[in-house]
Amino acid sequence: MAAVQDGQMELDAEKETKPEILSDGTSNLSGNTASGTLSSSPLTAAPAGGAPKMEDQQTLIAVLQFLKRNKLTDSVEILRREAGLGEDQEDSQATDGSGGGKGDVDGGDANSLLSRVSITSAAAPQSVIIFHSIIFFYSYRFGKVGGADDQPDVSVVLSAYSQQGDPSLYQVYYSGLKNFIESVLDCHRAELSQLFYPLFVHMYLELVYNNHENEAKAFFEKFSGDQECYYQDDLRVLCGLTKKEHLKGNEVLLDFRTSRFVLRISRDSYQLLKRHLQERHNNQIWNIIQEHLYIDIFDGMPRSKSQIDSMSGSLAGEGKREVNKAKVFHGLLKEPEIEVPLDDEDDEAENEEGKPKKKKTKKDSLGSKSKKQDPNAPQQNRIPLPELKDSDKLDKIMYMKESTKRIRLGPENLPSICFYTFLNAYQGLTAVDFTDDSSLLAGGFADSTVRVWSVTPKKLRKVKSAADLNMIDKESDDVLERIMDEKTASESKILYGHSGPVYGVSFSPDRNYLLSSSEDGTVRLWSLLTFTCLVGYKGHNYPVWDTQFSPFGYYFVSGGHDRVARLWATDHYQPLRIFAGHLADVTCTRFHPNSNYVATGSTDRTIRLWDVLNGNCVRIFTGHKGPIHSLAFSPNGKFLASGSTDGRVLLWDIGHGLMIGELKGHTDTIYSLKFSRDGEILASGSMDNTVRLWNSMKAFDEVETDDFTATTGHIHLPDNSQELLLGTYHSKSTPVTHLHFTRRNLLLAAGAYNSQ
Amino acid sequence: MAEERRQKLCSVILPTESMKAMAESVGVGSLQEDSCLALSEEVSYRIKEIAQDALKFMHHGKRRKLTTGDIDHALKLKNVEPLYGFQSQEFIPFRFASGGGRELHFYEEKEVDLSDIINTPLPRVPLDVSLKAHWLSIDGVQPAIPENPPPVPKEQQKTDSTEPLKAVKPGQEEEGSIQTKGQGASSAEVKGKEKMRMKPRSTHELSVEQQLYYKEITEACVGSCEAKRAEALQSIATDPGLYQMLPRFSTFISEGVRVNVVQNNLALLIYLMRMVKALMDNPTLYLEKYLHELIPAVVTCIVSKQLCLRPDVDNHWALRDFAARLMAQSCKTFSTTTNNIQSRITKTFTKALLDDKTQWTTRYGCIAGLAELGHDVIKTLIIPRLSVEGARIKAVMDGPVVSNIDKIGADHVQSLLLKHCASVVAKTRPLPDMVDQYKVDYGYLGTMLCSHVVKARAQAAFQAQTVNRTTLTITQPRPTLSVSQSGLSTSSGSRAPSIIKVPSSLTLMSTRPGTPTQPSPPATKYIVMATSAGAASTQQVITLSSSQSGSPVTSTVPSTPTSLQPLVKLESGNTGAVSGSRPLQKYIVVSLPSSSSSLENKSSSVLPSSTSPISMESAVKLERSESPAANTQSH
Repeated sequence: MAAVQDGQMELDAEKETKPEILSDGTSNLSGNTASGTLSSSPLTAAPAGGAPKMEDQQTLIAVLQFLKRNKLTDSVEILRREAGLGEDQEDSQATDGSGGGKGDVDGGDANSLLSRVSITSAAAPQSVIIFHSIIFFYSYRFGKVGGADDQPDVSVVLSAYSQQGDPSLYQVYYSGLKNFIESVLDCHRAELSQLFYPLFVHMYLELVYNNHENEAKAFFEKFSGDQECYYQDDLRVLCGLTKKEHLKGNEVLLDFRTSRFVLRISRDSYQLLKRHLQERHNNQIWNIIQEHLYIDIFDGMPRSKSQIDSMSGSLAGEGKREVNKAKVFHGLLKEPEIEVPLDDEDDEAENEEGKPKKKKTKKDSLGSKSKKQDPNAPQQNRIPLPELKDSDKLDKIMYMKESTKRIRLGPENLPSICFYTFLNAYQGLTAVDFTDDSSLLAGGFADSTVRVWSVTPKKLRKVKSAADLNMIDKESDDVLERIMDEKTASESKILYGHSGPVYGVSFSPDRNYLLSSSEDGTVRLWSLLTFTCLVGYKGHNYPVWDTQFSPFGYYFVSGGHDRVARLWATDHYQPLRIFAGHLADVTCTRFHPNSNYVATGSTDRTIRLWDVLNGNCVRIFTGHKGPIHSLAFSPNGKFLASGSTDGRVLLWDIGHGLMIGELKGHTDTIYSLKFSRDGEILASGSMDNTVRLWNSMKAFDEVETDDFTATTGHIHLPDNSQELLLGTYHSKSTPVTHLHFTRRNLLLAAGAYNSQ
Repeated sequence: MAEERRQKLCSVILPTESMKAMAESVGVGSLQEDSCLALSEEVSYRIKEIAQDALKFMHHGKRRKLTTGDIDHALKLKNVEPLYGFQSQEFIPFRFASGGGRELHFYEEKEVDLSDIINTPLPRVPLDVSLKAHWLSIDGVQPAIPENPPPVPKEQQKTDSTEPLKAVKPGQEEEGSIQTKGQGASSAEVKGKEKMRMKPRSTHELSVEQQLYYKEITEACVGSCEAKRAEALQSIATDPGLYQMLPRFSTFISEGVRVNVVQNNLALLIYLMRMVKALMDNPTLYLEKYLHELIPAVVTCIVSKQLCLRPDVDNHWALRDFAARLMAQSCKTFSTTTNNIQSRITKTFTKALLDDKTQWTTRYGCIAGLAELGHDVIKTLIIPRLSVEGARIKAVMDGPVVSNIDKIGADHVQSLLLKHCASVVAKTRPLPDMVDQYKVDYGYLGTMLCSHVVKARAQAAFQAQTVNRTTLTITQPRPTLSVSQSGLSTSSGSRAPSIIKVPSSLTLMSTRPGTPTQPSPPATKYIVMATSAGAASTQQVITLSSSQSGSPVTSTVPSTPTSLQPLVKLESGNTGAVSGSRPLQKYIVVSLPSSSSSLENKSSSVLPSSTSPISMESAVKLERSESPAANTQSH
């Protein structure tokens, strides 16, 4: 029912917005301009599910008002019904809640409403799956698409710039500060230099906003060269902005405005700066610092230039220290006990190896290890996980058997790499995935197709048609074999359904499903038994850059151009969680091995870790200098590796929330990262046609995480990339799109041959 | 530098003239300057914004090149209708035009005649995506297989051999791969690296696999099975892992030549030269280090007095030609100021040429070797000798019959000289071509040279005319040298069928003789060739039309009928046969499996009577460009 409703809402929204688009051509080029303003964290925090308490009620009323204003009556209805709210209640609230409702005031009001939502919902207890938030978000989205509330919000955001200073003095102010910073002691200079970039941007925008186009250009030309090279991409965007009209509807700008740029500065340096600005009565700069920057002051030694450089580079400065303080349960879940009939096991083992004794002891040792509860592990039922099916158990047994044959990797014992080259992929290979047991391979292509290959001699077969299935004896032992249609056996199958390039593919752990995400804004679930599309998950509306199944199946996560990542369950057509907070496209999404967390990488050059349980952002990692295109968790769940367009791999300690390593060597975007099954080796594959192997064990061991570094977050990164690099393997003009370690630690790589 | 670029970016906006031009194109006549300026700023900003969005799609598409599709997707993000009609994967050429003080860039879309498209044979269906697995690394070591890039890149080999001092510093990648070989990987890494630098990096011990490979390849190369040989040569020409075996190969070749020259084993010499050719063709090898072995071997095959047991019958001339071409190629590739290969080789040849006692065979080799080095060499070294050589040839031809061998030799030298000198003389000598004058200048050969030059000139003029009008797609198999036992010449084998481009205007050629007002040049030449791999036969069809001939003639040069299937049916009917009212046209079908000599003979016997000299010239030219795929026993 709700799906239908969805469509209606969409239609309604469309209808309404049409005339507005016409009347207001300038603001509306981009549909999602408002997402920056509105999609900050409150949206994710869900209001409580049960009977609404007083504060929740207020929240709801606020939401309802918001919806009403945007004429989303359907959603109002639903929400009201769900919450059991009377119309009068809301009306009474509404009258005292909002004043007029025109122009800027209107937008400001919406904002205040939203902030109320955030405050109340943050306090609300969080439960498992709630639809209110979703409905709320939907209606919010459609409201947004219309762009009706676009305009006022932008104005509100920008109005902060309306203060008038003498435009000609901006250069003087800036160079005055520059001179000051250059004259201070070396130890403070590096820290205070962090101010340059945010100040530069804000001053430039202020000039532009106040229609001082020529001064703005002059200002830009004079000082843009001073900025750190890693901000160049942003500067390129900025330099295009020369008119006030451009400011409306520019996402980058809104990011900059809505999120305060975070700087970490030691108390001494901060005092120094403050004293200087007060002496000079340099109000212009002081105002900007007060209003637009967030200065995270810490006690102790100022940081060195290299320390600062390693952490900076993101769109909105470093993460605040407190955001990384939350406890993250990074341990692994206990392996489920699998009761296997002993004789069965013996039989199999004997057949295969002829030494059942050894096998059993091995298995016992594995079992006993997993019985010890990891203190860092989340509770087994922290999030509900699907029940294990018989076939899953069989697979687990296979997995254990395979892992006994696993090769122990290390610097002296490097893995073999098997490279799967896609030939004749003229249309462009955009995504690849292997199944965990390495039997299937899926490729997403720019021509909207998804192709599945079997890389073992076993061919891909469809299930027989319903009529044929009826004739099968369901009691027979090989019923699973009988339902397959031999006539359809082939090495590869093509899945048609998307209407845009497929940017992400992911197999379900049980190999029955395949997910694909595409430019057309949908995530599709395909059955690998019938090779047909089962569900199209709509929600992103903009290109979906990545998707991945949870390691336990059932859940999956997707992230896209609309700057949010969504958590879905395969049997729900709407997302269970919306992880909002990134300031730019979510480019890659990965599940933590215990499925309780999701990591997302973004074009805003940050990595965020989200708690699946409550949708909170629990970690923000900054330090990359380019959009992040690959992420990988270590098998023990403690560490995270990330690769970006700048060709560097960064290693993170999740528990402490620290950067612990930097691997330099690649010369182009890293599209793929993978840890070996034991976590000893990290493999990275890049656009520069190489696969590199890194000694991740050594990288993790060498990090000293004493209390001081843990609390301040200051790290000294040893520059030891060359020592950690174990091997470089060039392919023949084939960018490495995907890497995968088989259960026996053979490395599989995949990419499309590029004939030019 | 980055700063400069940024500043530039800041000020870049579209010129207001463009705005005006665009306004005019949609019917807005006069646009005020202010409006233009405002528009151009706005448009520039939007374009930049879209380009930045498009970049995202490029990154996610895992490409380095922005495509039109990316722009379309970016427009879609902004709810803008995408641009239609720009669907090229590749570069879209915008053309520039100016006039009347206007400058325009536009995308040229030519009008396409539908009938052309219909008549064009369908292109090959593109292959479907397929998956191929190979070992990128085995236990940390990258195997040297064709799927992997060569272990030592060619550039490296080049610096190794030309600048040995620089070569001691391996690049960063090299260090990585060295480490993977397990030397000094762990703690004493830095030391290990230092040590590695001291060591010469090309190991000369071959692994068991490599030894096996070497044995197989060399056996196949000189064995009796032509199919195997083709495979082996293909392997030599493409395999990236041969760097380490190169010294063995070069010794094999030089020793092989030494032995077989003494034994006059022509077939083996040819096999060895084909090996040299294959090695040179291998894009991953740099042969400079081994030239001291290879060049003497090649030169031997050019100038040796005797290369075969029956010099009167066997076609050792083809071997000399082939080796001379190899020599020229290596001169071009490897000659540097330090080794002076070209000048040294030139000296050697010239010295032999100047010697009176030189045999005809050696003389032929010297001339061929020099001639292949280029026009300048011909001009300065051969043409001045023409009269002397002419006299020598005359002495043999007209004098008392000394021996048949000498006569054949002189005959070959004569045709060689004429072939090479004609084009050079045509370029350098001013008109008019007077036979008498030629006789004075060049002696005995003057008469024949004159007629050759006339043909060459006609040919050149003819090409100059056609060059602007028709695209000429010529795909030729690389010159190969093969020895055929059965008389049926076999080409190098598994070469894919070359592109068949049937000229669009094959039936539309309107060359009206006697209508000088029509600017279209009188003749268009098309060469259509195909090599069918299965039958291992080369078919080649040359169609030639010329308005000069009065009547349409089709002259077909038949040869071994088994393998001959002309690809294009050529009509020779009188006016109004197939081409309807088309003017007279003449096509010549030449099919190539025939031996070059027979081709020449026959064409010379048939053509002069029926066709203009132009076609004759083309036949000759064709023969030259083809390989000496000739039967060795044809004489």
